[in-house]
Amino acid sequence: MLEIRDLHVKFHNRDREAVGGISLKIGDGEILGLVGESGSGKSVTAMSIAGLLPRKQCDYSGLVLVDGQDMLGADRSVLRQMQGNKIGVVFQEPMSSMDPLMKVGEQVEEVLRIHTDLNEAQRKERALEAMTEVELPDPEAVYNKYPHELSGGMLQRSMIAAAIVNRPGLLILDEPTTALDVTIQAQILKLLAKLNREHGITMLFISHNLNVVRKLCGRVAVMQRGLIVEEGNTDDVFFRPQHPYTQHLIACIPSRVKVIAKRERFGEEEAADVTGGDRNDDE
Amino acid sequence: MKYALRRIMALVLTMIAVSFLTFAAFHLIGGDPAQAILGTSATPERLELLRHEMGLDRPFLVQYFHWLAGFVTGDLGTSYSYRQPVAELIMPKLGVTFVMVMLSFLIIVALSFPLGMQDAQHSEGKFSWVWTVIGQICMAVPSFFLSIIVSYVCGIVLRFFTPGDFPDMYRHFGSALHYLFFAAVCIAVPRIAMCARMLKSTIIGEMEKSYVRTAISRGNDRQAVLKYHVLKNSLVPTIAFLGQTMAEIVGGGIVVEQVFGIPGIGRFLVSSIATRDYPVVQALVVIMAFWVIMAGTIADLINMKIDPRLRLGGGE
Repeated sequence: MLEIRDLHVKFHNRDREAVGGISLKIGDGEILGLVGESGSGKSVTAMSIAGLLPRKQCDYSGLVLVDGQDMLGADRSVLRQMQGNKIGVVFQEPMSSMDPLMKVGEQVEEVLRIHTDLNEAQRKERALEAMTEVELPDPEAVYNKYPHELSGGMLQRSMIAAAIVNRPGLLILDEPTTALDVTIQAQILKLLAKLNREHGITMLFISHNLNVVRKLCGRVAVMQRGLIVEEGNTDDVFFRPQHPYTQHLIACIPSRVKVIAKRERFGEEEAADVTGGDRNDDE
Repeated sequence: MKYALRRIMALVLTMIAVSFLTFAAFHLIGGDPAQAILGTSATPERLELLRHEMGLDRPFLVQYFHWLAGFVTGDLGTSYSYRQPVAELIMPKLGVTFVMVMLSFLIIVALSFPLGMQDAQHSEGKFSWVWTVIGQICMAVPSFFLSIIVSYVCGIVLRFFTPGDFPDMYRHFGSALHYLFFAAVCIAVPRIAMCARMLKSTIIGEMEKSYVRTAISRGNDRQAVLKYHVLKNSLVPTIAFLGQTMAEIVGGGIVVEQVFGIPGIGRFLVSSIATRDYPVVQALVVIMAFWVIMAGTIADLINMKIDPRLRLGGGE
């Protein structure tokens, strides 16, 4: 579904490359987690895939193939054909990512207005379907609301509905749960897992939180300073990190969470030895 | 509609407050109208009689409510110098000024929107500085100076109209409109430049916002982003500015009327101030204050219609 080969991105106003040559593959129906601190280049990678790089303000090279279509060199009109249609994007801040003056329903069906010939009634029907699918309570009422009338969790559900309404093959989620509180976060992760299971949507899930990634993604790639420093099966990376940076990231997770994680994975006995080493890292 | 009702209530209250303040101010500086009418040679008995007739011997608040009741029913009092009802005197002049201001406002709206949008879209182009310079010049030239140039060039040299020969608007509306057009343009030019610049910077600011990135990620092209998202979001500050403009061009119009020799309220107000014809001045001041408040309220109501977030607040 997605293939990145030796992607370089350097913004004109920066000395360092934002992305310094990464290669990545995501198979059909797979969920890949991309983890790193802010400034590690994960969002720039996402923008490159979604065709949202500000081309005039940066130099870039390499190859980004989505469903066989190159997203780096292609003409804007080709990108527009892919955006929304083949690629859906969900951003971090649902409130600022939505047009404050457009009804939520209209924003959910916007992709259909752009990419299909459906009439108004058909679009609304599809939008309501998608809104039901993301488990929004009372979709009909939410359809006619403005963003400021909804909670962060409901907005992010609406954003996900808007991203999947035209059944794109690839969903890019750029820190979709970071702005939400923990219970909502968990609900959204469950929802994403369901969408992946039921519709086989391929996902690139970006987060700075390795623990969130662990719950959703089968495979994870860790980015630091524009490079992928470690990549592999999520459990392997989480419990047997090879790179010092990954180890550092894991050390930042409160140890209680790690005990629970290990319990979930291996049962009671082995959980004890995780807490032994890094009790002091608790924050 | 609750928010609109609340806003209109506020409008009425503000208007009452403004009328009270105006009345109080003129009461303080007014001197003795009876003396002004009868002259210095009048006998005390006659003065007393006239004062009684005019209600001047009654308490201040009674006088105010009497005046307010008259104002609401269209009785604006009697002019000292013309000995005619103020309403009869100012209505025809008010009409002329109203037509001129509305014409000017239409020109402002019709031109500043396309210019501002155009400018925003080409803000990174090579020749965008040319537009900026033209805009700066338009803003810097005062309307009265522009009026002098326009009435000389268009009136005397090119003979598009005859300066000083304003036709009776109530008999020859077409030719009056033709004459007023030149004055309206002079009032409009600096405002168009300001409004266009305002719209441009708002659009550019909105383009940076996250929801634009979302819109692009869905496959909108630049035109669609502008049409479906950015324009609507840029409208609110622009309409607030237009509301202000609507209020201010009345003041700007006073001087322009003088230059063009247009018999609007501008000239009448100036001459009434000179002759201390307070009922006239008072009526005009209150009417102009109402105009300013009205313009602001209408702008607010339109903005509440556009932006649902503005309907909140005020105890909901």
